[in-house]
Amino acid sequence: MSLPLLSLVTFVPLLGAAAILALPAPSSARWIALVTTIVTFALSLMVWAGFDPANPGFQLVEKHDWLGGGISYHMGVDGISMLFVVLTAGLMPFCIAASWESIETRVAEYMIAFLVLETMMIGVFCALDLVLFYVLFEGGLIPMFLIIGVWGGKRRVYASFKFFLYTFVGSVLMLLAIMSMYWYSGTTDIAQLLDGTHFPPAMQTWLWLAFFASFAVKMPMWPVHTWLPDAHVEAPTAGSVILAGILLKMGGYGFLRFSLPMFPSATEMFAPLVFTMSIVAIIYTSLVALAQEDMKKLIAYSSVAHMGFVTMGIFTLTHQGVEGGIFQMLSHGVVSGALFLCVGVVYDRMHTREIAAYGGLVNRMPLYAACFMIFTLANVGLPGTSGFIGEFLTMLGAYLHNSWLAIFSATGVILSAAYALFLYRRIIFGALVKPSLQAIEDLTAREIVILAPLVVITILMGVYPKPVLDVTTPSVAKLISDNKAALVADKVHKVALVQKAAVQ
Amino acid sequence: MSLQTDLMVMLPELILAVGAMALLLTGAIAGEKSAPLVSWGAIALLALAGAATVMGPAHATAFHDAFIADGFSRFAKLLILGGAAFSILLADEFFSKINLSRFELPVLMLLATLGMLLMVSASNFLSLYMGLELQSLALYVLAAFNRDHLRSTEAGLKYFVLGALSSGMMLYGISLIYGFTGSTAFSAIASVTAHGAGLGVIFGIVFLIAGLAFKVSAVPFHMWTPDVYEGAPTPVTAYFATAAKVAALCLFLRAILTPFPDLIHQWRQIIVFISVLSMALGAIAALGQKNIKRLMAYSSIGHMGYALLGLAAGTTLGVRGVLIYLAIYVATNLGVFACIQAMRRGGKSVEGISDLAGLARTDLKLAVLFSMLFLSLAGLPPLAGFFAKFYVFLAAIQAGLVIPAVLGVLASAIGLVYYLKLVKVMFFDEPADALDGETRFGSRAIMVLSGAVALLFIFAASPVLNAADAAARSLIP
Repeated sequence: MSLPLLSLVTFVPLLGAAAILALPAPSSARWIALVTTIVTFALSLMVWAGFDPANPGFQLVEKHDWLGGGISYHMGVDGISMLFVVLTAGLMPFCIAASWESIETRVAEYMIAFLVLETMMIGVFCALDLVLFYVLFEGGLIPMFLIIGVWGGKRRVYASFKFFLYTFVGSVLMLLAIMSMYWYSGTTDIAQLLDGTHFPPAMQTWLWLAFFASFAVKMPMWPVHTWLPDAHVEAPTAGSVILAGILLKMGGYGFLRFSLPMFPSATEMFAPLVFTMSIVAIIYTSLVALAQEDMKKLIAYSSVAHMGFVTMGIFTLTHQGVEGGIFQMLSHGVVSGALFLCVGVVYDRMHTREIAAYGGLVNRMPLYAACFMIFTLANVGLPGTSGFIGEFLTMLGAYLHNSWLAIFSATGVILSAAYALFLYRRIIFGALVKPSLQAIEDLTAREIVILAPLVVITILMGVYPKPVLDVTTPSVAKLISDNKAALVADKVHKVALVQKAAVQ
Repeated sequence: MSLQTDLMVMLPELILAVGAMALLLTGAIAGEKSAPLVSWGAIALLALAGAATVMGPAHATAFHDAFIADGFSRFAKLLILGGAAFSILLADEFFSKINLSRFELPVLMLLATLGMLLMVSASNFLSLYMGLELQSLALYVLAAFNRDHLRSTEAGLKYFVLGALSSGMMLYGISLIYGFTGSTAFSAIASVTAHGAGLGVIFGIVFLIAGLAFKVSAVPFHMWTPDVYEGAPTPVTAYFATAAKVAALCLFLRAILTPFPDLIHQWRQIIVFISVLSMALGAIAALGQKNIKRLMAYSSIGHMGYALLGLAAGTTLGVRGVLIYLAIYVATNLGVFACIQAMRRGGKSVEGISDLAGLARTDLKLAVLFSMLFLSLAGLPPLAGFFAKFYVFLAAIQAGLVIPAVLGVLASAIGLVYYLKLVKVMFFDEPADALDGETRFGSRAIMVLSGAVALLFIFAASPVLNAADAAARSLIP
């Protein structure tokens, strides 16, 4: 196809931002932003339509000279990244719609920040050059910093600084690793690095650690997850949706794109560390979630626990585990986004996120209760919802790898049921006794339009996951076989070195 | 070689020298009211010198190799001339607002610029010193130019005393080098030290580096910087931060890399040391600042640390990295100082960081531009400042300076805090009283240009990269 579809999908939001700059009135800013994100979503669906699932390599590739010296503007998607592009583009219209009335001050700036952020996020998943990837990966920090800091809650300054500094410190180490990779291989082209370059095992260790520093913070993995609850609580609703729905996925995507295929020996070496951190994340943060008084904080901790499943699945390096990890990320993107939107619904009415301030909402808000129920169950991983497929596959992968791993992670499933249902009971069920809640209204038409599609997607992904898995399977198979082959090569290399030493 | 060809090689310098004299006479005859005319005349002269630099020879030496015009000096000169021209533009506006327009200021700036051009073209320690002193003497006066102002005179005096001390140290170093190698010409010294050098030369290099480090305000010779930055009139500070820094750093590069290429293992340790210290101190000391010009002083200390990392690499790539760094640094800093100069309330300049509170509500355009420039200085992609750091670190990694690079990026994370704090003050805090917000065309043009460079560099990086590459190759083939 001659149309540069990926560049379009990436940069159309930027055009929208420019349009808002020209017409900064609040109402026009809202409409321009909504139309732009819907157009972007349509374009991302065209990407999906033009994508050949049988081909495990990069598709819709675009390559142009950029900085010279092996650093180019190179875009492309494969089965691993393509659906994240769709997810990002798909969540954005919901974010804009959710901010329609709740954002009243500086509307034009808010919309511009979101659209710029969308460009950066989609670009991250399309970039096939390490420098380009890094620029977009980091570039997203500035708009998110402003979104939290300008439109956030009471402790927004603290939260925005923490968010920025945590992720920044992690990423700069990755930047240095990218530079050493450049000097070793002479290129920062991801496709070339994946195909031809083989880093010596000792170097892999350092590179893996540097990339890990960046992605573990972004993911976030225990113990560097503490920025997430703060950022979530202070961010406006749409900001939380983007944080949980997409920004966290960049960490998992990074592991899949770089750590696993490029540093196979180091991945094998550090896998136990990742498993330990994942299990701690699953169990510990689930327990922490149980004790939360703030709805957003509870969901934030549950996100950390769910991301624990993802990292565990990815690092088992089994087909089920990796595919489950990807599916879990996609599902969590939809479900946690939807949960934050649900919190936003009652927050807009009551202006508090404290769980104790609610109770018995089912009496006045039956529709809301139903929607919230579906997302809560999806969060728990009930069969029939999208959450189940991902968790099931990752645990299957974990079981293949090490049965103890599966057993520990299974306790996390139980705990997630505990905190999620506990939250649901406290907010929705019981008698409606609080006087402040007597007049609360059920979902408005706008909110129904926002939540209904998400309900459908959640159930559809749970009942019929085939379209998603079809896309990811070939690329995941290639990833795993490449990884295994590289691992064997590394071992042969090591044996040869030992023999050489023995002969001498 | 005849005198005429020698003079043709240094045509840009001649234009400035003769032009400065002519403008001085004009001012002396026409009196104080000629200040704007002299300013514009000075800018025209700088433009003319820039044109002469571009059209000059690609590689030529003059006066028995004491003066060299090559790709490296051309790149540096264009940056210096640009920084000087825009600073004069700022100065014209600044001093007319406080009714202190004097024709001496542009003339002094021209003379300082002349010294800078000589500095970056010097290939002999004697011509180097001559250029350096011409620049320094003019700068001392410039720092104290707001003479009824206590801070300004203090700045001038401090700068003079410490500057003279550092010049003395440098001269001592040069005399040692001359004594132990028998020459002051860079090429002759290079051939003498090609197979190692004795302790005397190393001693000389240490003193030389100490003097040069003072000029670029690298730790531990940075003490003058915050006071001078704060005390000097804002456009003069802009001039210090742009043209003067470029000249000093380019001089540093040539005076180390050309005569002592084979002593890299000796001088590299020192450069790495001052580079890492500058990065760290620049980042940490800036955290507590309340005055924006002092903050910019510490920021410049940090930035010199990053640039010196490129010198420590000692390779063509390192020099390329430094040149890219300087180009972006000059463009960004001019914008920042134009913004600082626009900080006026009730007709008076304000310099407190708290004066910027809530600027996004009262003057969104200025706040966005200001923040963008600060974030560019912090080195955040996709802004220009990221690429500046990127190429320096790229060279450092290639040269095997991994640990200094790691310390450098960690320092940049600390430095990020104070840049973010500025953004926070402007965007998150409750508004203070609005700033006056009236700026003249000149400083608005600088702001727009600088903002455009910060934002759009990513799309048009290649020409700058190629130019810097060519310039670096002429210094280290």
